[in-house]
Amino acid sequence: MSPRLVRLAVIATAAGAFSGLFGIGGGTIIVPLLILWLGYEDREATGTSLAAIAIIAALGTAVHGAYGNVHVLEGVLVGVPAIGGVVAGTALQQRAPERAIPAAFALLLVVSAAVLLF
Amino acid sequence: MDLVGALAIGFAAGVASGMIGIGGGLLFVPGLVIFLGLSQLDAEATSLLAVIVVAVVGAWRQHGYGNVRPRDALFLGVLSPVGVLGGVVLANALSERALALAFAGLQLVLAVQLARRALTR
Repeated sequence: MSPRLVRLAVIATAAGAFSGLFGIGGGTIIVPLLILWLGYEDREATGTSLAAIAIIAALGTAVHGAYGNVHVLEGVLVGVPAIGGVVAGTALQQRAPERAIPAAFALLLVVSAAVLLF
Repeated sequence: MDLVGALAIGFAAGVASGMIGIGGGLLFVPGLVIFLGLSQLDAEATSLLAVIVVAVVGAWRQHGYGNVRPRDALFLGVLSPVGVLGGVVLANALSERALALAFAGLQLVLAVQLARRALTR
């Protein structure tokens, strides 16, 4: 395996573990590591990460489904409105300054952690 | 009210996903726990189902802007199963509170790293 492929394998394994453990896509792992290890620019890392997450989340859903943990109706209730959100967010990203993107990410994480703890 | 909250947080998760490149799980999970009464474990599992939808639509939009490298994305997906399996098995082994604390802790650690990145650029 080339050094580049090894890096991709490490990113994929770490992202998969975080995805299965936390119910997230794994973009929190993939985006920063594509930038740091493979020299990606922010928007390219974002786009490539989303495409990888489609596969990773499908695998995670299948394994969690085998444990009987997946609630399909509830998943549809939050997933369908998210389709409109992602189209709006993607368009907005093309206009937002590069610096604003990680700042918005940080704010999002703090708010959602606080909600979960309290 | 709970239904409105669930729909609203779903929309917000989509916006965040499109802007930042996450699948939206960071908002889906607390949304499913608070508005739809799921356990932390079931919320995480169900979040992944919604993440698939968001990631497919997000990747399609980002591809339109020329931001996707399909070969690397495919490698990342194909090389992920060992990690996914380990993560799911661990999530099922941990207690509810441990899972919630770990989830919140992960978010805070990442928030600090990203805030630093935004400030030093």
